[in-house]
Amino acid sequence: MKNKTFLLPDAVSLSAEAKTPEDAIRLAGDLLVNAHISLPTYTDAMIEAFHTLGCYIVLAPHIAMPHARPDNQVLKAGFGLLRLNEPIKFGHPENDPVKLLIPLAGVDNHGHIELLQILACVLSEPMNIDILLSSQDVNEIINLFDAGKINEE
Amino acid sequence: MYVITVCGMGFGTSLMLLMELQSIGKKHNIKVSGEALDMSSFKGKKADLIVASSEIAKTIDGSEIPVLSIKNILDKQEIEDKFLQFFNQNKKE
Repeated sequence: MKNKTFLLPDAVSLSAEAKTPEDAIRLAGDLLVNAHISLPTYTDAMIEAFHTLGCYIVLAPHIAMPHARPDNQVLKAGFGLLRLNEPIKFGHPENDPVKLLIPLAGVDNHGHIELLQILACVLSEPMNIDILLSSQDVNEIINLFDAGKINEE
Repeated sequence: MYVITVCGMGFGTSLMLLMELQSIGKKHNIKVSGEALDMSSFKGKKADLIVASSEIAKTIDGSEIPVLSIKNILDKQEIEDKFLQFFNQNKKE
């Protein structure tokens, strides 16, 4: 089996500081730019989507998945992981406050379905969420997503 | 059963929900097909069921199709429980 890395080290930040959802999405988008996943304009599109579509991107307690439509601002399908030192409110009645942001970028439907499967597989396991919320070890976090791929088969 | 999952853009949480519903269907031998749509394109579509995250479900008013509202998209148990409850209530018709 080829060892495919879904989460790049450049796309991970475990101690970010943000005061507002917009700040946090901006920082999350910067990670995608760092990892050559998307262009800065994609970050603007994610913030815009949050403004127009609202807080449903907080898909589970403490976890938000900002994203925008797949298009040419995305260089390759991928996601990042931004952990905030201080959780902030996004306005979701049940799942606030947000501690973890997983910015997602897709180019075409097929590639990003695979990413969503990996994310759903890893994130639906409460033990993994504990690691994502607390681990100081970037490699431990990256490995979670490789193992997710293997379990998925 | 034909299920429409809805989210803001039709490719994030809605696709996650649809994939999860299909795997629940497989587990319980229920045929689940459907599509993931954004909030403007689902209107007027025919389906047996609409599934969406709670914040999206809130905005779906006056639909003739029953709507399941999911609080935690990553909670497989919540999705399975709500889906099976709906399925069992409706299968006699």
